[in-house]
Amino acid sequence: MAITVPRPNLTIAEKLYLPAIVKGLFITFGHFFNSLRGKTKVTMQYPEQKWDSHLPEYYRGAPTLVKDEHDRERCVACQLCEFICPPRAIRIVPGELPEESKWAKVEKYPDEFDIDMIRCIYCGLCEEVCPEQAIFLRKDYAITGLTREDMVHDKEKLYELGGVKEGLVFKWNKLK
Amino acid sequence: MDAATVQFVVISLIKILAIIFAALLPIVSYTVYAERRVSAMIQDRLGPNRVGPQGLLQPIADAVKFLLKEDFTPGHVNKFYYWLAPALAMIPAITMIAVIPFGSTLDLGWLLGPLANATGWELDTSPIPMVIANVDIGVLFIFAVSSLGVYGIVLGGWASNSKYPFLGGVRSSAQMISYELALGLSVVPVFLFMGTLNLSEIVNFQWQNGWLVLPLWGDGVGSLQRWLLTIPMLISFVIFTVAIFAETNRLPFDLPESETELVGGYHTEYSSMKFALYFLGEYAAMITGSAAIVTLFLGGWSLPGVPSGDSGFFWGVINILTFFIKLVALLFLFIWVRWSLPRFRYDQLMKLGWVWFFEIALINIIVTAVILALPIS
Repeated sequence: MAITVPRPNLTIAEKLYLPAIVKGLFITFGHFFNSLRGKTKVTMQYPEQKWDSHLPEYYRGAPTLVKDEHDRERCVACQLCEFICPPRAIRIVPGELPEESKWAKVEKYPDEFDIDMIRCIYCGLCEEVCPEQAIFLRKDYAITGLTREDMVHDKEKLYELGGVKEGLVFKWNKLK
Repeated sequence: MDAATVQFVVISLIKILAIIFAALLPIVSYTVYAERRVSAMIQDRLGPNRVGPQGLLQPIADAVKFLLKEDFTPGHVNKFYYWLAPALAMIPAITMIAVIPFGSTLDLGWLLGPLANATGWELDTSPIPMVIANVDIGVLFIFAVSSLGVYGIVLGGWASNSKYPFLGGVRSSAQMISYELALGLSVVPVFLFMGTLNLSEIVNFQWQNGWLVLPLWGDGVGSLQRWLLTIPMLISFVIFTVAIFAETNRLPFDLPESETELVGGYHTEYSSMKFALYFLGEYAAMITGSAAIVTLFLGGWSLPGVPSGDSGFFWGVINILTFFIKLVALLFLFIWVRWSLPRFRYDQLMKLGWVWFFEIALINIIVTAVILALPIS
């Protein structure tokens, strides 16, 4: 059934259109004047002002590798993160720890550990899946580079970003 | 050529160069900047504030960008008209400034007198009128030249050989024709009252007798006729201003451009400096249009109580500054309106032009004539 939508009955002031124009002009001028007085909250001026101090604890920034308090690489090259990574941004080449190493019973370490930050989607699955708590998403978000090669974080860069995390896992620790 | 002719030519050239390169083009580029900053402030943003202090060097950066961009001519266009059109959009806008009195007179006797003594030239040291061409048909000249601006848009739209520019061009010509009538008719009351088309004389009259829309001093205050005339003059002022908005394709009448429906309108196929010419032409037209409004209705260079340039060099400069301050205030109005009102639909635009403004302007002329014929002073 067809529904007849009645036309609104406009008052003369509405039909004239001019009062509405003047009203609109006043509204925009109010915004202009408030901006001029600096009363308006405007966009953050990004490179100068940053929201860094307000980032929540659970913020998911760039994934990084961490070392423990004994300067041991936490990563044991199990490659779970490489398998879980949805965009396949992680590439690990496992290496074997030599007999004489202090941490020989760990057996494996990542010989190479690359994260392609062009591919990374900051989902945090690598952090979630890691049995050794070796990979963490830190708060770095401004990951830039001039070439594609720049955007691939290698092991050195990942440890530099990650730093040291103490505690967490004690199974490799002799003092346990 | 005698000395007087040589002096006239030289001073005219200086005036032309000064008004174009020292006044018009800088105002154009900084109107673009002001447009972006003011629109940003109206929308609670900041606008360009990176290049130079508060982004004041932004126009220079824009100019460099326009000049360095590839000047691309698409293969499917009519080359001759495609190249001609941007120039046709810019030329009328600049030409219009020739008849606008942007100041009263400038007394350069202190400079020309010693110069004449030192060189032995026969120089006329009387104050120089601050208008490039003091012609008796000033307003007719403005109408004639300002309507030529549509050719740049129509030719650009047609020569681009592409549907959106074509639609923009067609809309532009329809819009121009609709508003040209109201524009012309709305100033007839002014001439009925003034009895002259010479813009300098119109401004001189307003300087002595109060502005047309505001007869608050001189002979205007005590005159009942002047106060009665204020009503038709205000109507003329509103219609003329709206028609100038339409003439310069500013919102709410920017149908030829209408980014939301026609991509870029008539300049969709243009890039780099050719696009910039359209862009600057639009702003230059806006400035000359505002200059016409200021001259006809807001007293041009005159301020109550301020003497003209005949009283000395200082007052001449003050008069020029007054004119440009009024101009800038009107430009702010242009920008302010643009960021407040939505665009008219095509049929609304036509209705407004043909049904409302045309009729109101006609009635306005009759009302003015009746008031002038009344036996009151």
